[in-house]
Amino acid sequence: MLKDALTEILYIMMGIVSFYSAYATLKEKNHPSKIATALFWGILGVIFTFSRIGLLWGNKNIAIPNIYVGYMVILLTVLSALKLVKIGKFDESTPKFKEKMSQKIGNSIFIPALALGIVTFIVAQIWTKQLGSLVAFWISTLIAGILALIITKGKINEMAEDGRRLLELVGPISILPQLLAALGAIFSAAGVGEVIASGIKTVIPEGNILLGVIAYCVGMALFTMIMGNAFAAFAVITAGIGIPFVIAQGGNPVIVAALGMTSGYCGTLMTPMAANFNIVPTAILEIKDKKYGVIKYQVPVAITMLIIHIVLMYFWAF
Amino acid sequence: MIKLLGILIIIIGFVLKLDTLAVVLIGGVITGLIAGIPFSKVVEILGKAFVDNRYMSIFIVSLPVIGILERYGLRERAAYVISRIKAATVGKVTALYLVLRTLAAMFGLRLGGHVQFIRPLILPMAEGAARNRYGEIKSEDHEAIKGLEAAVENYGNFFGQNAFVAAGGVLLIVGVLKELNYTVGALDIAKASIPIALLIMVVGSLQFFYYDKKFDKKYGIKSKSYKEISKMDKGGIGDA
Repeated sequence: MLKDALTEILYIMMGIVSFYSAYATLKEKNHPSKIATALFWGILGVIFTFSRIGLLWGNKNIAIPNIYVGYMVILLTVLSALKLVKIGKFDESTPKFKEKMSQKIGNSIFIPALALGIVTFIVAQIWTKQLGSLVAFWISTLIAGILALIITKGKINEMAEDGRRLLELVGPISILPQLLAALGAIFSAAGVGEVIASGIKTVIPEGNILLGVIAYCVGMALFTMIMGNAFAAFAVITAGIGIPFVIAQGGNPVIVAALGMTSGYCGTLMTPMAANFNIVPTAILEIKDKKYGVIKYQVPVAITMLIIHIVLMYFWAF
Repeated sequence: MIKLLGILIIIIGFVLKLDTLAVVLIGGVITGLIAGIPFSKVVEILGKAFVDNRYMSIFIVSLPVIGILERYGLRERAAYVISRIKAATVGKVTALYLVLRTLAAMFGLRLGGHVQFIRPLILPMAEGAARNRYGEIKSEDHEAIKGLEAAVENYGNFFGQNAFVAAGGVLLIVGVLKELNYTVGALDIAKASIPIALLIMVVGSLQFFYYDKKFDKKYGIKSKSYKEISKMDKGGIGDA
């Protein structure tokens, strides 16, 4: 399928950024941990680029077997856990140069930055059905990249170096969202959700609407915090608590389900398990507290929103 | 109950601040083994899910573009532009972004992202506004600004998205309820998600304005009085 093939190009582009990090690390003279760091980015590049490479020409049988990918992920984790993945030296521009160029280039430097979002939107609007938003994303990145080179008059090797600088700044934590998704898959296979839902069921008394609403909203938030993902929590908690304790008592299913899902998002704001929202940004924004640097500001808002959900569901759905 | 051991391991590992990747991997493998899944099968699930979720790391693709723009002063420019708006504060910049981000999400627009918007544009604007109003600020407050700018992206994205009829969350709700023998329409789910989208704009903004108050009190206001500000604002924000 064309869509699958075009989506694969996105992953190949991600692979190229990783491979460049591996290559530049190997070329560097006094790198503090040359082999292990290059190995980390190299393996990650292999997974991105080649794990489903056959899809590029429509042959899904040409792929790296999942079990080998699994062992590669274990190796990545070991390299990271032993603190062997280190940041290299980058060719970065000086603050003075940045200041000077920002005055010289002026506001047109915003064009490529905004093009990233706007082109994604336009392409996705026109061809969403055919292409999906992932394809729109790499097309817009390509266009924004070309615009950036034209407007800054920068060189393509500077761009490669800057991509590497930001990737290594994020570091091994960049694989955490995917690893957590894998954890969710193992939890589902092991039936963890059913255990939790049946546990909550035993503590709430039947016949009390308010307690049912609280159990459903708080249950969504808590189970989302454990799974790191409200989608994974929704099916389990709605079947286990939402239906028997809220909807079966007369709650409007539309309102109950809609608010149930966003109650889960309150949990997403409070958990380090939602790494791509709460942990990776600490690296991207260079926040010192790598685990709770974002979460601690989100907790008061998340709890306020959760209480709003409970009140809204209690009065609006009944 | 013993199936929850993996969760316990993860919680303990996080509390003790052990290596996050290792903690998650060990928690997962142990959960699988306890449930009677053979080790090789666990590794296979791990590999499959890792590949299926490669899309979660798409931010990597845009790093070279953002990187080269930073090299040529994108963040400095963003800070400069905002510093010309004398009435700008951390709270106002952030609250404005929250409203725009939430509305964009409600209409299904993928405008936003920590890599694409917050790091290159919104954070430098908030920092520029703070510098303008307070001069140099303490590092703990700088960390607070960074935390808030990371948070605003999540607020708008999360609570706005389900008001869009084709959002992943909406479609999932419809699918799950159908499995459970309740037929609901995607449009109705989207409509029922609107109040929360509006409320996050209020709740989030309250948090951001609270930090304005806090900073005003701590540092005093270094920029000019309000009357002069509103006069100057009429000049607009063109180039010098």
